[in-house]
Amino acid sequence: MYTNTNIISEYSQGPSFGGVGEADGDLVINVGPQHPATHGVLHLVITLNGETIKKVEPHLGYIHRSIEKMCESLTYRQFIYVTSRMDYLSSHINNQACALVVEKGMQIEVPERAQVIRVIMAELTRIASHELWWGAMAMDIGAFTPFFHAFRERETINDIMEKTCGARLTMNYMVPGGVMQELHPDFQKDVKAFIQLFKSKVHEYDEMVTGNIIFQNRMKGVGFLSKEEAISFGCTGPTARGSGVSCDIRKLYPYDVYSKVQFDEVIETAGDSLARYMVRIKELHQSIRIIEQLIDNIPEGDFQAKTKAVLKLPKGEFYTRVETARGEFGVYIVSEGGTTPYRIKFRSPGFSNLSALDTMARGEKLGDLVAMMGTLDLVIPDIDR
Amino acid sequence: MVTEELKTRITELLPAAAFEEAGEWLNIIIDPNDWLLFAGKLSNDEQLYFDFLFCLTCIDWKTHLTMVYHLTSTKFRHNIVVKAKLDSNSPEIETVSLIWKTAEFHEREVYEMFGVNFLNHPDLRLLILPDGWEAKNPMRKDFEDPVNMIKL
Amino acid sequence: MPSFSNITNSIHYWFNQTFNPTWALIFEMVIAGIAVISLFAILGLILVLMERKVSAWMQIRLGPNRVGPKGLLQSFADTLKLLVKEGLTPGGADKFLFNLAPIIAMVVAMLLMAPIAFAKDFQLWNLNIGVLYVTAVSSIMVISILMAGWASNNKYSLMGAMRSGAQIVSYELSAGLSILVIVVLTGSLNISDIIYSQADGWWIFKGHIPVVIAFIIFIIAVTAETNRAPFDLAEAESELTAGFHTEYSGMKFALFFLAEYVNVFIVCAIGATIFLGGWMPLHIGNWEGFNHAMDYIPSSIWFFGKTFFLIFVIMWFRWTFPRLRIDQLLNLEWKYLLPISMFNLLLVTAIAILKWHF
Repeated sequence: MYTNTNIISEYSQGPSFGGVGEADGDLVINVGPQHPATHGVLHLVITLNGETIKKVEPHLGYIHRSIEKMCESLTYRQFIYVTSRMDYLSSHINNQACALVVEKGMQIEVPERAQVIRVIMAELTRIASHELWWGAMAMDIGAFTPFFHAFRERETINDIMEKTCGARLTMNYMVPGGVMQELHPDFQKDVKAFIQLFKSKVHEYDEMVTGNIIFQNRMKGVGFLSKEEAISFGCTGPTARGSGVSCDIRKLYPYDVYSKVQFDEVIETAGDSLARYMVRIKELHQSIRIIEQLIDNIPEGDFQAKTKAVLKLPKGEFYTRVETARGEFGVYIVSEGGTTPYRIKFRSPGFSNLSALDTMARGEKLGDLVAMMGTLDLVIPDIDR
Repeated sequence: MVTEELKTRITELLPAAAFEEAGEWLNIIIDPNDWLLFAGKLSNDEQLYFDFLFCLTCIDWKTHLTMVYHLTSTKFRHNIVVKAKLDSNSPEIETVSLIWKTAEFHEREVYEMFGVNFLNHPDLRLLILPDGWEAKNPMRKDFEDPVNMIKL
Repeated sequence: MPSFSNITNSIHYWFNQTFNPTWALIFEMVIAGIAVISLFAILGLILVLMERKVSAWMQIRLGPNRVGPKGLLQSFADTLKLLVKEGLTPGGADKFLFNLAPIIAMVVAMLLMAPIAFAKDFQLWNLNIGVLYVTAVSSIMVISILMAGWASNNKYSLMGAMRSGAQIVSYELSAGLSILVIVVLTGSLNISDIIYSQADGWWIFKGHIPVVIAFIIFIIAVTAETNRAPFDLAEAESELTAGFHTEYSGMKFALFFLAEYVNVFIVCAIGATIFLGGWMPLHIGNWEGFNHAMDYIPSSIWFFGKTFFLIFVIMWFRWTFPRLRIDQLLNLEWKYLLPISMFNLLLVTAIAILKWHF
């Protein structure tokens, strides 16, 4: 573990000592890396004037595992599983991106059954990720009970995943060519039961948290991000859609069977924390809609296309993008024709979303910082890779 | 706009641009000295309007480095890839963080991993790597680390 | 079951028989002191466990259920743990103030037990300005919080203490004005008088609209005064770690922790006494038979029942509402609650003069 004595000694001085080039009377505090509200090891150095934030500077790298360098020695079948550990809350969707890029490079045709299964798993993962986001966000704002309600639904999804994929968090289920194994016989029944449970309980979310006047006062008008800034900072996903930017990859560049299902792209124009919150809550409903359309119509067929044992991408460059729960996840592979990639770059959504935090936070109070970080939905391993 | 129209328009803006047909999008190879002006024109031009830089990275080809910029337009929904070749020993290129603010973090990452110096960057220092890793450039192909296992 | 007043009277009689009056008084004061300290400790244990079980019930889970039958001995385990923990004093902390702060918190909590009437004729000190005493002494609590935040030599603690100080001082106004509503209706600051005036019905029923408004404002204000959610910014776990008591560990933290719960008990006891009749059973006007039946339930059960009901309501708030930001909290007090309380006071004065209450 490294120590950075310069930063620690500078920032632990008392209130009247200036920090790095700050005016007199400014307080420099550290939030994290171990902190209940940052949901991961994120170190923020905040310059405060009283309670008003003047600058937020993220220090990253506490969970950097050099995944990109590691993947240069992993074969095209192996590197997929490393990506589950990047954004562990949307692990299926990350795996889907990697499988798609290999299929694009090798021109593999994925059977329809596998595509439908992939989409159902991806949407279930999206719901699980938004549930955890909602519970953790409410807990940060101070309401402790919704966390347990959110996990009640998430546990059901995890149980469904466990029966089919064998794991509850890093489900390594997608492979180039389809999915790894056949669905569990109870899958359709379990998912339908889950849909019924979800529909009966989702009104609780609105009653408990969304409609609560204290909550709305904490979120309305806080952390404004304009449309131009969202595009300039490269924000994607619900962060950008809350500011009016239309960027849902499932609609713009459809992959698997997304072009065949009916769902709406949820956009809010207010640009504040409440708008980003409402985008995610409405996305939950849209995901249930997609699953409902697909669960009864899973076509028969193979769950995996026949591929060679050793995969080799031809010489060239390939880029695929998918819509994870956080935004656009891109995989860029430069291949020299071998069994391992020459250079692989993961374009993670959290990296760009985090760069907007400084602009959003200037002029707000310290208590609002927690609300803003909650609506950005940061997962730090996704940022540090 | 389709590929042919993009090619014509870009040749109007920068006659020295070369084109390549690798991958699914139009690749444009430019000289690093032309990058800043060209980037400004790309993002402001009425017909192109590339306002969204969604991926900024660098590839080490052992003899030279290549900077790769993936751009898209939220208005017209076309994508291009811009590449610039840099010298391995002293790689330098102008920063575009004033045009697309997302470049600030991405360029810091390329700086620490590959050693590319971005001229006029507002805050060029290590982002993900801890202190003490300046000038080590771990993502380069000739990076040696006797202690830790790099090749699996 | 012999009533508390019988026990105290017989002890008083025995002491005066055996010793001369001065010694008797001293012995009685020692016994009272021991009783208060043990009540403090027992209440602390019960309330900590009650909070955990109530929160678990609201969060669809079980709560502590390993130590003892259904987890009832959990508090003893917690006490033992806090006793053997290392009490660290941070370097650079002001040692005298650091050690003094939890002691002041505890002393204030104990002093406030004096005028509360736990059962009929069972009051430590029936002073004739009971209400004023309670309001005044509870203000001293702010000092201990500010001391704790300052002496910890920690930016987070200082910020938490500042926020908490501003919050408590503001909400004392509304709490005081709500209590004044009852004082206006009763005409006396004496707690016993207030209780006896509720012999034909509790004030919350007799004095209709203004007393209900005062009760609601009182509940909100005391939740803020005791730093409970949704006003618990001073110890907002997800923002400032633990606020003003971040640096405390071991027995000193236990004292703060206990003092907070006993404060909740005391303010609920005051609320129960003033608005809901204290140990007075539920009487309805002149219904002799009903009143007589209600009198069979011992007065101590009435008192504790009402107090614990109010404690349950305050705990309910904590697990239901999100937290307010400091400026929203102070806005609520100065722009909404205070004008309403002042108007309410005028209203109740008019009603008392015109005798438009029951």
